Amino acid sequence: MTNILVFIDTPDGALHKSHRELLTLARSLGEPVAAVPGPVSDGLVAALGEYGTAAVVHADSADLDDVLAVRKADFLAAAMDRTQPQAVLLPNTFDGKEIAGRLSIKRRSGVVTDAIAVANDFTATKSVLAGAYTVDAQVRTGTPIITFKANSIEAETVPQATSPRTETVPVPAGAPAARITGRSEKASSGRPELSEARVVVAGGRGVNGDFSAVEDLADALGGAVGASRAATDAGWIEHSAQVGQTGQTVSPQLYISAGISGAIQQKAGMQTSKVIVAVNKDPDSPVFEIADFGIVGDLFKVLPQAAAEIRKRKS
Amino acid sequence: MQDPALNIVVLVKHVPDAQFDRHLSDDDYTLERDESILSELDEYALEAALQLSEARGGPKAGNVVTALTMGPAAAVNAVKKSLQIGATQGLHVCDDALSGSDAAGTSLALAAAIRTLGNVDLVLTGMASTDGETSLVPAQLAERLGLAQITFASELAVAGNTVTARRESDSHSATLEAPLPALVSVTDQINEPRYPNFKGILAAKKKSITQLSLADLGLDAAEVGAAGAWTSVVEAKPRPARAQGTIITDEGDAGIRLADFLAGQKLL
Ligand SMILES: Cc1cc2nc3c(=O)[nH]c(=O)nc-3n(C[C@H](O)[C@H](O)[C@H](O)COP(=O)(O)OP(=O)(O)OC[C@H]3O[C@@H](n4cnc5c(N)ncnc54)[C@H](O)[C@@H]3O)c2cc1C
Ligand SMILES: Cc1cc2nc3c(=O)[nH]c(=O)nc-3n(C[C@H](O)[C@H](O)[C@H](O)COP(=O)(O)OP(=O)(O)OC[C@H]3O[C@@H](n4cnc5c(N)ncnc54)[C@H](O)[C@@H]3O)c2cc1C
Repeated sequence: MTNILVFIDTPDGALHKSHRELLTLARSLGEPVAAVPGPVSDGLVAALGEYGTAAVVHADSADLDDVLAVRKADFLAAAMDRTQPQAVLLPNTFDGKEIAGRLSIKRRSGVVTDAIAVANDFTATKSVLAGAYTVDAQVRTGTPIITFKANSIEAETVPQATSPRTETVPVPAGAPAARITGRSEKASSGRPELSEARVVVAGGRGVNGDFSAVEDLADALGGAVGASRAATDAGWIEHSAQVGQTGQTVSPQLYISAGISGAIQQKAGMQTSKVIVAVNKDPDSPVFEIADFGIVGDLFKVLPQAAAEIRKRKS
Repeated sequence: MQDPALNIVVLVKHVPDAQFDRHLSDDDYTLERDESILSELDEYALEAALQLSEARGGPKAGNVVTALTMGPAAAVNAVKKSLQIGATQGLHVCDDALSGSDAAGTSLALAAAIRTLGNVDLVLTGMASTDGETSLVPAQLAERLGLAQITFASELAVAGNTVTARRESDSHSATLEAPLPALVSVTDQINEPRYPNFKGILAAKKKSITQLSLADLGLDAAEVGAAGAWTSVVEAKPRPARAQGTIITDEGDAGIRLADFLAGQKLL
């Protein structure tokens, strides 16, 4: 049996889109075994079953959430020892990458980050250098640990849900760790999560302090709102909306860039989007080099007209 | 009373300038490293280190900021630039056998180099290099050195024996606390890095840079470089030229034409 260990970290107990994608990927490689760093509810186990999870190993206490990364890496190492997986999959998030980093040293195993596809022999494909190259990478030592980007695969349930067996794994006392002393949830915008959205509409310095046209088009398309660093640095929108090298990496079905010039650091975060639309009043803007559909024009005219037309066609 | 002096190591990577086209070599898929600079994201770590040092009286009061790089001969330029900006001393791990190292090999060599510095209070790194961009090195280093780690800090303070930080993620903002010694990676939100000034450039000439080979670090060539790497690149393809998109100029109906395009792509 080929066990594929999938790290499912869900403090709110729900199975999120990126988790469903990881499980779908795991199924193409072997039998998904979910590793949950905390107690699991019946609802979560059932949801895991809908994605074909064969077994669930989990931590017995909820306090792994109170420290950063280290204890979750300890847990995952213990889960690896228990289930002897052929590969370990994690989401390609800040947390996912650092847990992968810690785990790799604990279990002498290589990590490939930023994977967008994984073949049967665990060769991982990734886009590097802001999209200039696509590389295939393999882990040669230990158990392949792969962090997988959201939106790289279509999540699918199995026709016949499984009833995964569950088992707790004790987490050994850990090394020195940073404690989380406070946590504040960010106000939800009611829009989809930027990293998971199928549509992203992003604004840059060209919005000149006013994101309403960008937000309105995003809402017409049911999408998330993104931004360039110029816009977040100016304080027009929160930093969590930043797309790019030092912001979020997104690869939605559709990315609409408005009033963004298309600097290499911005491209790094959105280049793998399926369809790219750019609206910019400067025809020489580099963003047009990567646009499937480009409009030379004023975003304050084009975006509202598009939003109105889209709403009309949808109704 | 002033806080006790700190012994800080800042990791500075020498990376190809992203302003130019970057290439992977045809034979071993390693990155061509001409036109390289100090990774911009490491300037934030250096700035954070200098601010902590200055708040405690700077080098005169015994604060040490060591700029550490691992890389080929030219990588010493990342250390030199850091000394010009204000680091007190430099360390350059350089050995032909390191070529082709993956993140695991890099963290092994960097951990050994940090151990040569004795009692380090704080290791500061960038949030990611601007070339490999894996963000693995900080976590791997913390694991190898047995340090508590705070990654992606957007605020940082040290009081007594404790480092506190803020960390933003998509869904929440957290405050964190760790005992020293610790490793902290910082984001570009944490500060505004300073530029080297004339005085700094002159002062840097008198600062020492120590070069360390694998033998100096007590490491075996088989553990690092392409030979010791736990991962390998088996294929690299340059991005196919993107099919030229349709570019139109707004003549009053571009919003409608955008809707047409999206409908044609089945995106509505
Ligand atoms: C280490 C580092 C990391 C970075 N990380 C990121 C990152 O993660 N993400 C990121 O985005 N950037 C990042 N940057 C910054 C990046 O280099 C650019 O400075 C930034 O992306 C520019 O933002 P912009 O395109 O919105 O602004 P600008 O480059 O000023 O472009 C504004 C554009 O708006 C157009 N415009 C103006 N008015 C209108 C209008 N009414 N209608 C239509 N178009 C209009 C203009 O023609 C122009 O093309 C980083 C930089 C560094 C050094
Ligand atoms: C395009 C590309 C993709 C790669 N993918 C992988 C992969 O998936 N898995 C893997 O194991 N390796 C990978 N590598 C190799 C890896 O990038 C190198 O081993 C590199 O030396 C360390 O990783 P990083 O650049 O990703 O650093 P990161 O972990 O992103 O760097 C974070 C911080 O660590 C410090 N740091 C990192 N390297 C050095 C250094 N040499 N000297 C001083 N400080 C440093 C800096 O402060 C930096 O800001 C890849 C390399 C390239 C060029």
